Amino acid sequence: MPLVFTLAFRNLFHDRLRLIATVIGIVFSIVLVTVQMGLYLGFGRMVTTMIDHASADLWIMPRGTKCFEDPSLLNTRERYRALLISGVTEVIPVVIGFADWRMSSGEMTPVFVIGSDLRYGGLEPWNLVEGRIEALSRPKAVAVDRTYFDRLGVSGIGSTAEIREQPVRVAAVTNGIRSFTTTPFVFLDVNRARTYTGVPSGKASYLLVRLSQDADRGRVRQEIVSNIADVEVLTPAEFRERSRKFWLFGTGAGAALFAGALLGVIVGTVVVAQTLYSSTKEHLTEFATLRAIGSSKRYIYKVIVWQALLSAAIGFSIAALIGNAIVRLTAATALPIVITPALLVGLFLLTVVMCVGSSIAAIVQVTRIDPATVFAR
Amino acid sequence: MTEPLLEAVDVAKDLGSGAAKVAALKGVTLSLKGGELTLLMGPSGSGKTTLLSILGCMLRPTEGTVRICGHPTAGAGPEDLALLRREHVGFVFQSFHLFPTLSATDNVRLALDVRGQPSRAARVMSREALAKVGLAHKTKAYPRELSGGEQQRVAIARAIVGNPSIILADEPTAALDGENGRAIMKILAEIAGEQGHAVLIVTHDPRLLPFADRVVHIEDGRITGEEPGGAKLPRLQ
Repeated sequence: MPLVFTLAFRNLFHDRLRLIATVIGIVFSIVLVTVQMGLYLGFGRMVTTMIDHASADLWIMPRGTKCFEDPSLLNTRERYRALLISGVTEVIPVVIGFADWRMSSGEMTPVFVIGSDLRYGGLEPWNLVEGRIEALSRPKAVAVDRTYFDRLGVSGIGSTAEIREQPVRVAAVTNGIRSFTTTPFVFLDVNRARTYTGVPSGKASYLLVRLSQDADRGRVRQEIVSNIADVEVLTPAEFRERSRKFWLFGTGAGAALFAGALLGVIVGTVVVAQTLYSSTKEHLTEFATLRAIGSSKRYIYKVIVWQALLSAAIGFSIAALIGNAIVRLTAATALPIVITPALLVGLFLLTVVMCVGSSIAAIVQVTRIDPATVFAR
Repeated sequence: MTEPLLEAVDVAKDLGSGAAKVAALKGVTLSLKGGELTLLMGPSGSGKTTLLSILGCMLRPTEGTVRICGHPTAGAGPEDLALLRREHVGFVFQSFHLFPTLSATDNVRLALDVRGQPSRAARVMSREALAKVGLAHKTKAYPRELSGGEQQRVAIARAIVGNPSIILADEPTAALDGENGRAIMKILAEIAGEQGHAVLIVTHDPRLLPFADRVVHIEDGRITGEEPGGAKLPRLQ
């Protein structure tokens, strides 16, 4: 083992209390950043969950649509114009909107209705745990998520309620389709969705376009834009990005999450810098001795940077374990914290940069050492 | 070996500035030859430690020149001086300055590690150096497990392990009792006599006189005299 590493290790572990303070600082900081960034990723996924699960090659939407939940409408007659374009195999209308759900007890709660043409399956419920998709074709049939049973006052298939004073009956149950707005999703046929949301006949929120395998998506998109006025045509990836940008940056939610993460980094940097600085100060005579026996400044910097890296490794390992526990705990909540491998790598690099950056104050302190002081001590 | 390994000519050093400026050294000329143990003696505040710091390339003189094994220190930057120290000078300090978290072997090995010596060879050389100072059985001991005399021996092993031409020692026996002090002086005398190093010891302890080849007196920043030491007789006994 290189002696410079041994020295750094021993310096670090020599004062256990200070080491614990350092590690707590790093763990606190990295867990805070993990939670903020995990929320950012989780939020980013939640706001695009419908786009992710829709079966479409292109989305036709009213010009200026900001996100999936945007209430703008377009004419469904455009569907036929789109179908005339070479390469288009299906154009499926989707209707969305908020509605009031009245429980059998008489209590009301808002719901978010998602209606799709069930013959083509543009945006159907997924993760079915009870019932079948086909059952949604029946009159009054709706699918709800079991997470919201209490909110909706239902207990499973066969439960009844009212939307806009029209009777509905639970015909299918999903698991884990949660809304970041906490408003329960209700899936049903597109025509009944219009009735329940007050969308006029002949209007839809979106037209989902499916293409033949050999179709040129760019050309089809261009032709749709040329042939249909006042619409935008986006790929799923583009629509995802637009929705994410709106919710994360248009609403300030993303900025708040980043601000929290930045705060974590600042707290961590200050704590690590303070403890490394005091550790260096305590070992100043040793560093002066090293200098006196001829070590280069670089050698001493290596000792300090190794101390920082060791602190980073210990702190990050503990923070990663805590982060993993938080991910498990929040997995079934409305806003799960998501940690991707890329985020994990990013957090590790952040920890290293934070700890090494924190050692600058200590390095500056060492730079001023006068080796001749060893004679005076 | 008669050519001086260390040569200081007309060295002056001012400490502080303005009204607080003090002339710590005033035109000191001194040379050290290999195989010779020199005592630098003088009262407190006479400039011993300042001269030692300049000879050890830790301080730059205000005036005069210093040559270490033929290399002039004039104009050398801090890193150049550090290079001169690690290549040519070994230090022994009054309060040992061992690293409390490192074993005796690792304390000695530090002097080689700062030179970039590979670990395995450095470990062997460190154990050999410890054996030379009579600590072959304490290689794994930590400073807290060693007596003051043993700690100073580890410090001497650290000073000689890289085989520097010059050993500079600052009151190496001041923190030790008489018996340990004599043992340490015996080792330093052997290092000078048998291994051909130039050894300079700063002290105000007259009990060290019998071990010296020559004694240089300093007072008020000036060399005030030089005389032969009482060496040759007690050495190696």
